[in-house]
Amino acid sequence: MSTTTQTTEEVTIKFAGDSGDGMQLTGTLFTNDTALTGSDLATFPDFPAEIRAPQGTLAGVSGFQLHFGSKKIFTPGDEVDVLVAMNAAALKANLSSIKRAGTIIASTDGFDKKNLRLAKYEDGATPTEDAKDQGFTVYEMPITKLTRTCLKESPLGMKEKDRCKNMFVLGFLYWRYNRDLQSTIDYLNRKFKKKPDVLEANMKTLKAGYHYGETTETFTTTYNVEPAPMDKGTYRSVMGNQALVMGLVTASKKSKLPLFYGSYPITPASDILHGLASYKNFGIKTFQAEDEIAAVCATVGAAYGGNLAITGTSGPGVALKGEGIGLGLMLELPMVIVNVQRGGPSTGLPTKTEQSDLLQAFYGRNGDSPLPIIATKSPSDCFDAAIEACRMTLQHMTPVILLSDGYIANGAEPWKFPKAADIPEIKVNFEPPTDDEEAQFLPYKRDEKHVRGWAIPGTKGLAHRVGGLEKEANTGNVSYDPANHEYMTKIRQAKVDEIANHIPEQAIDNGPVRGNVLVLGWGSTYGVIQSVVDDLLMEGHSIAHAHLRYLNPFPRNLGKLLRSFDKVILPEINNGQLAKIIRDKYQIPLLQYNKIQGVPISKAELKHFVGSVCETY
Amino acid sequence: MSTLPADNVVKKLKAKDFATDQDVRWCPGCGDYSILKQVQSVLAELELNKDDTVFISGIGCSSRFPYYMETYGMHSIHGRAPAVVAGLKLANPELDVWMITGDGDGFSIGGNHMIHALRRNLDINMLLFNNEIYGLTKGQYSPTSEVGKKTKSSPLGSLDHPINPLALAMGADATFVARSMDRDPKHLKEMLKRSYFHKGTALLEIYQNCNIFNDGAFFTFTEKKSKPDTTIYLEHEQPLVFGDGTKGIRLDGFKPQIVDLNEGKYTVDDLWVHDEHDQIKGQMLTRFFDDPRTNPDALPRPFGVIYSTERPTYDDMLFAQLGEAVDQLGDGDLDAMIAGGTTWEIK
Ligand SMILES: Cc1ncc(C[n+]2csc(CCOP(=O)(O)OP(=O)(O)O)c2C)c(N)n1
Ligand code: SF4
Ligand SMILES: [Mg+2]
Repeated sequence: MSTTTQTTEEVTIKFAGDSGDGMQLTGTLFTNDTALTGSDLATFPDFPAEIRAPQGTLAGVSGFQLHFGSKKIFTPGDEVDVLVAMNAAALKANLSSIKRAGTIIASTDGFDKKNLRLAKYEDGATPTEDAKDQGFTVYEMPITKLTRTCLKESPLGMKEKDRCKNMFVLGFLYWRYNRDLQSTIDYLNRKFKKKPDVLEANMKTLKAGYHYGETTETFTTTYNVEPAPMDKGTYRSVMGNQALVMGLVTASKKSKLPLFYGSYPITPASDILHGLASYKNFGIKTFQAEDEIAAVCATVGAAYGGNLAITGTSGPGVALKGEGIGLGLMLELPMVIVNVQRGGPSTGLPTKTEQSDLLQAFYGRNGDSPLPIIATKSPSDCFDAAIEACRMTLQHMTPVILLSDGYIANGAEPWKFPKAADIPEIKVNFEPPTDDEEAQFLPYKRDEKHVRGWAIPGTKGLAHRVGGLEKEANTGNVSYDPANHEYMTKIRQAKVDEIANHIPEQAIDNGPVRGNVLVLGWGSTYGVIQSVVDDLLMEGHSIAHAHLRYLNPFPRNLGKLLRSFDKVILPEINNGQLAKIIRDKYQIPLLQYNKIQGVPISKAELKHFVGSVCETY
Repeated sequence: MSTLPADNVVKKLKAKDFATDQDVRWCPGCGDYSILKQVQSVLAELELNKDDTVFISGIGCSSRFPYYMETYGMHSIHGRAPAVVAGLKLANPELDVWMITGDGDGFSIGGNHMIHALRRNLDINMLLFNNEIYGLTKGQYSPTSEVGKKTKSSPLGSLDHPINPLALAMGADATFVARSMDRDPKHLKEMLKRSYFHKGTALLEIYQNCNIFNDGAFFTFTEKKSKPDTTIYLEHEQPLVFGDGTKGIRLDGFKPQIVDLNEGKYTVDDLWVHDEHDQIKGQMLTRFFDDPRTNPDALPRPFGVIYSTERPTYDDMLFAQLGEAVDQLGDGDLDAMIAGGTTWEIK
């Protein structure tokens, strides 16, 4: 039988298996190769909370979803065209997200009696047969057996051989999507340079998977996805936390300040610590503190000492850092607090995504304690957002909160990356040394932006004391004077409000500047809103999308912009947090769309909701 | 090299040059005054530069200290000074950093940071003002208060077994552990200097009288009458003699034993000779902790340098790592970092 090649516009694949099956790696390698073909893409890894949940169980299923196509891709896709299920649990957990008449690639060794029992199927159940009956195309492949056979001669132990299984799947998919193996061969060569046996086994299995597609008569169609119409330029694939790390390193270079990162490991922020720790040759100082309180306080110390001081964590960590952030605020020192949000409250859903720390960012400290807040909207945007947070903190001498989330942090997308030379410098003004012994130094004297000077220890003639007690205006001496406290409270607020005069006005991301419906978003809902609004615009509706980078203060024109539309829809992955703030500030009615399930909002549901609002016009 | 004009020669600072224009707000008679005075005069004697000196404290009466020092300073938040100090020292390792803490600040709310700061061993000086009470919050028992202490929060007596700060420090592998008292200025100054010259984290516990909420907590150690019999002043390579030369400590196996030097059975040659660098014996010395007021057989409370050792400091190691990374990988190149491993071109 001959194979035919079919061209298709977009594909969503989900790799699912036990956390030990290497699905994240398989997905990542396939993604990297997909990027090289010029497709646009978005990914969404979905891992269990436990590192090694019991094998074969539903709790242990780890997934990686990739959506790619020859058109603009905004989200990792709601439903999948192809599910790779390494075991019964992986099928059970994902069956409902496969498109009608979609394809399932099942590793039959993962569907034996034991695996069926672990996945809580009833005795005698035949899930792959049932799937066929439901109209899915099911390819059953004895992947373990095939892998072992192809590695018969390898000196590796059985366990190590079995670990090559994912290469078989990868090889097969490369065949199915008309790829070559080069990018993965290069990767394996790099990765296993020092382990020739492992290298050979992986290569062999990869090729065996490819040939299996080629020679097995069951498979008659391969698929071709043309490159997407992307802007000209050089691209790479980038994950959110990775881009955030690079943004911080770039800000350090551009401000000529050594970067200090104080942190305590926490999902999904730990990769920022790992990433920065690998850039020691950029002079990056990472400090793994004993807890988040120490992390933030060390960051305050480093800021006081004149470094570009950053602390990163997730919601529970921010809760612990509250008092330390307040200290930074009172000392009016530059520092960035990165919160990669996850499901809450308490320990919540560590590996799931949510936008539910916005109110914490606004109000999660004692006292009247306003802080600027900015949010990143996509993996590659983390780079710009991180630089922007650093620029803001250094220019306005206030701690700045940067919000990301688990979805952005672990998602990947193609990134047309900038040249370092094109990124503007960040100006830093330290208070200059003085020889004048008599002149009184005023540490809390302010400029026209209400910003005080940054006088770092070691500067001649500027010795002074700061602290968390209320300061007297100008001198910074301890003051309990009632009028002074009110004045200082107001000036701290005014300093943050003033930032609105130094940020761009809010733009419309897509659609007209006035009309019937505006979808307002912030953070990781960017992709799904883009894609929904894009569709509805094409369908002729009067709709637009505006996405907020600056959450505090809001851009000056935001109120006017919101009032230029008849209805404003606000989707959030929380119980309505930005909605509260917008209502409070602008007193306009909002239509909320809230999903609080630890997963991103899907395109279908949002389109349904927004579409039905559009239909009323 | 430029030479300084003659009139620009750094003028020698006096103790009073290290005092600020702020009114000192401790209660009259508080032991903190004496400590402040000794620190100011030691800084002058050491000819330290106020621009390169920083005092960082937590919260408590004692933690008001930085406001009174004409150097750089930060009054931070309760218990967290060790962390602030770490960040500051790593931002600028050239600074002379002094940390001020209290028994509550350093060993209750900040106990965790204290442990980690001691093992981390940054090159800093920590002064622990131990008054066995929460002064600033008006007199609750603290983690160093004795069992049964009656305070506003323990009207029937405290149930908490007290912490032994220096034993805990030894347990955390501190590299310098010493004790002094507010009422012995000469000794205190000497200990401040020893702390200063120690390369690494120096923990100096200072018994400090809170004459308002815990007056006389240490009188048995600090007052002339009882002091000779209740205290022992340690000196490196000197035998452990106390009681105005009449008594000594001898090791009976692993058991320290008080011996009478006048009896004729033992002489100074039989005594335990102090070795500052002996960690195990240092550990034992921190265990001389019984209260002579309730236990007549209590071993005398040691003052002086109990233990000191050299261990690479965290700051030195961190900067060495940064240097090594540059040696191995070259100076970081932004464009290479941003491009990463694999890129592709859209034409
Ligand atoms: C987070 C927090 N909790 C409680 C307090 C109240 N507080 C201030 S000082 C202090 C105890 C201070 O005792 P200590 O450290 O022994 O210092 P002292 O006043 O005795 O010198 C307490 C409980 C605070 N400032 N911050
Ligand atoms: S309360 Fe005690 S420790 Fe505090 S200042 Fe007064 S005497 Fe000193
Ligand atoms: Mg105290």
